[in-house]
Parts: sequence; C-alpha cells; structure tokens
Amino acid sequence: MKLITAIVRPGKLDEVKEAVKAAGVVGMTVSEVTGFGRQFGHTEIYRGAEYKVEFVPKSKIEILSDDDVADGIAEAIASAAKTDNVGDGKIWITDVAAVVRIRTGERGTDAI
Amino acid sequence: MDTGDAAWLLTSAALVLFMTPGLALFYGGMDRTRNVLNMLMMNFWCLLIIPIVWVVVGYSLAQSGDSSWIGNLDAAFLRGFSITGEDGGFDLLIVAFLGMFAVITPALISGAVADRMKFSAWAIFAPIWLLLVFAPVFKWVYGGWIADLGALDFAGGTAIHVNAGIAALAAVLVLGKRKGWPGEGHPPHSMPLVMIGAGILWFGWFGFNAGSAAAANGQAVQAFMNTFLAAAAAGLAWAVVEKLRDGHFTNLGAASGIVAGLVAITPAAGFVAGMSPIWIGLIAGVICCFAVGWKTKGGYDDALDVVAVHFVGGLIGSLLIGLFADPVFFGGDFLAGAFYGGGFELLGAQAIGNLATIGYCFVVTTIIMLALKATIGVRVSDEVESSGLDLAEHAETAYSTGGASVG
Repeated sequence: MKLITAIVRPGKLDEVKEAVKAAGVVGMTVSEVTGFGRQFGHTEIYRGAEYKVEFVPKSKIEILSDDDVADGIAEAIASAAKTDNVGDGKIWITDVAAVVRIRTGERGTDAI
Repeated sequence: MDTGDAAWLLTSAALVLFMTPGLALFYGGMDRTRNVLNMLMMNFWCLLIIPIVWVVVGYSLAQSGDSSWIGNLDAAFLRGFSITGEDGGFDLLIVAFLGMFAVITPALISGAVADRMKFSAWAIFAPIWLLLVFAPVFKWVYGGWIADLGALDFAGGTAIHVNAGIAALAAVLVLGKRKGWPGEGHPPHSMPLVMIGAGILWFGWFGFNAGSAAAANGQAVQAFMNTFLAAAAAGLAWAVVEKLRDGHFTNLGAASGIVAGLVAITPAAGFVAGMSPIWIGLIAGVICCFAVGWKTKGGYDDALDVVAVHFVGGLIGSLLIGLFADPVFFGGDFLAGAFYGGGFELLGAQAIGNLATIGYCFVVTTIIMLALKATIGVRVSDEVESSGLDLAEHAETAYSTGGASVG
C-alpha cells in the first residue's frame, strides 16, 4: 500500500480532484498548508509598506492507494496540477505499513 | 422638545455607539492573530467603563457651569435632570448622545499602543485620560475659551480627533517601539474585518456628524451629505495615490481613506456645503496617505496610524473650515472662511484652538503615561509580546482550530 502526498496550487484543487476521481480514487484528504519552494514568496503592500510573504498558501492532498495504481494516480495529479510555472508543487509516494478502517475494523487493502 | 428632533437624536446616539465596535474591528483586522482580542477588548473596555465615568462626573466636568476652562460638579451623578420639565428630557438625551463620543475618543488611541501595552495600564489610562484631557478640552471647545475665539468644531475635530491623535503620539513615545519595528513587518491578519469595520464606522458617522446638529433640520441634512461625500472623496484620493505610487488599488488604502475623510469632515460637517466636502476629502485623503510614512522617519511606533489618520485628518479638517466655512448657506451666526469672504480671522482661531489642544493634551497624556509606567508599568514582558497578548492578558484565543478546547 502507498500514501500519495501532493502539494499543489490551491486554484488547481478542483481539477486535481476530478482527475483522481476519474482515475478511480474513492477518498482523499485535503489540508491548507503554507510553505516555500523555488517559487519563494510574494510581496504584499499595506499602507505603502511592502511585506515579503515567504510562506505561500498551497493545498496538501493525501491519498491512500494499492501499490499497482499509485503511479497512475500520481500522473493524474501531475497532469491536472501542471501550469509550467515555478510553484506547481510536488508529489511523493511513500510505503504504508498498515491501514485500518475505523468503522468496520477492516485492515490492509480492504480498508482503502 | 420637538419629537422629530428627539427621534433623530436618539437614533444618532445609537449610531455613534455602534462606531466603537466598528473601530474595534477596523483596528482588530489590522492587528495580528495573536493580538486581535486584546485590541477588541481595549475598545470594548471603553464601552464598559466610560459610560459610568461619564454620568458620575465626566459630563459635568465637560459641560456644566460658566467657566472657560473646566466644568463644575453641578451635574455629577446626573443631578438635576428630569423628563417632566420644560425640555421633556432633551438635556438628558444630550448627556447620552455626548456619552457615545466620550466612549469612542479614548478608544481611538488604542490603535497606536497595539501589541505591547499592559491591559491593566490601559484599563486605568482610558478613564483617567477622559477626565484629565477629554473633559477640559471638550469644555474649551464647546462652551469655553476656544469657542469664545470664534473657532468652530461641529462634531469633534479638535475636541476628539486632534485630541485623541496627539494623545496617541504621546502614549507611544512613553510606551516605546514594538520589538522588531520598523524592520519586521506587521501586516494585517484579516482585511475583511478591516473593511466591515470601516463600513460600520461610516454608517455610525452619520449619527456622529448629522446628529451633532442636535435637531432634525437642514443643517443635519447638509452634515449628512458632507459625511457621505468627504468619505468617498478621501477614500478615492488615498486609493489613487497608492495606485500611482505603489501600483495597486488596495482595500486598506480605500478603508483608510474613508476614515481619514470622515475624520476631516467631522469639524466642518455643519459649516461647509456644496463641493467643499469633496475638496476637504480629497485633500485629507492625499495628505493622510503620505502622513503614514512619517512614523518611520520620526521613529515613533504608532502601530495602526492613529496619528496619521486622526491627528493629521482632524487638523486638516479643522484648518480647512477657515477656508470653506459658509455662514450664508446655513443662515448661521459664525465667521466665514477665507474663500467665502471672511478673511483669515477664522483660520487663525482654528489654529489657536488646535495648538492649545495639542500642547495641553501632549503634556498631560505624557504625565499620565509616565505615572502609570512608574507604578504598575505600561508594557507587557518581552515573552508576552512575542507569544501574543490574547492568551497572556485575556486567556482567550481568537481563532481556535480544534484541540483540547473543542468538544
């Protein structure tokens, strides 16, 4: 089992959601996060004073999947979230040791 | 008492009360998440303590008696007021109406001392300042020696905005700069709060200015129109200056300009007409926008620009009466401005009244702050300043994201 974690532009979240649903994903978790990568921050101006905002808002997506479909889901996210500009985000896939569905107690791939 | 006048003044008084929560949101949105509740409470504290101080002794010191300098104690504890006498309670209504102004005036100062003043010090400062500074200056301007000069202040440009603005300067000079200022930025945490606060202030200001006619008459109508136009013109001017200077029309620029325009028209609202409010608004919007930059050069950490908006805006409005006052339009018995055939006598009177207010307020506010500093202290610890005043001073958090307190 895999955990697919993706950091994407908040404005691309709807497109990413539709793309992974089309790829067969039945559940995802989304959080509002901030951070920086090569895009770094932006400048805001209040009463003439400039403020460098170094942590940019992003959406963090977490999806659990079976081993064999993880790469396909990552590709679906990448193609939906891509704008070709710095700040498009990142996707990484990690191994998951165990998964439990709380309601039924099912374990492993049955719980995904 | 005319029932129409009473209805309008009762309504106006409630409108002015609503300005203090509006001011709290306007300031609170500009503050940071960890200090927003402290800002709200500094304002709401004025809503708790000032009404009581006002009826016990404040109103009496600010209005009663024939002295040019300070009122007497004849009206303390609301002595002598009645609703069955000839005036039908109108005098009591005036006490309530002016009490709303007494609430918001010290509240204006809170924006300057944001992020670092001990709440206990603020809690004492507000009522003491009301009695030692607001009350005498109010007496000078409305029934004292400044009024005798012929100086005009319709709804509180000198008595309220110049007064609170210069008190803000004196207070921050004793209090000192925030840690990290001016190098470290302190951007607003919620612009939507700032905008709704500005909207509430504008709404309430119709009561502040048009209510100050103390009647439902033509002067109230013109004051209402002036309040409408000056705020729009100043908001426009500030926003355009920022567009030309910084490249964008900003929400904060628009909101700040609206408030600067409202401040500037306050002293003039019942004395100018026609296109004058637009000129007053445009001039105040441009100058106040640039005045925000003075604090960095001057080295005084006026956190939310009380000096630039209230002191500078109030002074501009008060001096411009000397040019734009139009007694013919109002059929009024007051000096005409220089543009309306009156020469410079009125401008001179305006200047003297404001200079005296500035000098007295600065000295006495400094003394109050130094006395607090020497006794209970005026500043929170460095640790509290870093971690935020909301939790340390009030045991509350503005924006809970779940955790132990939920459930």
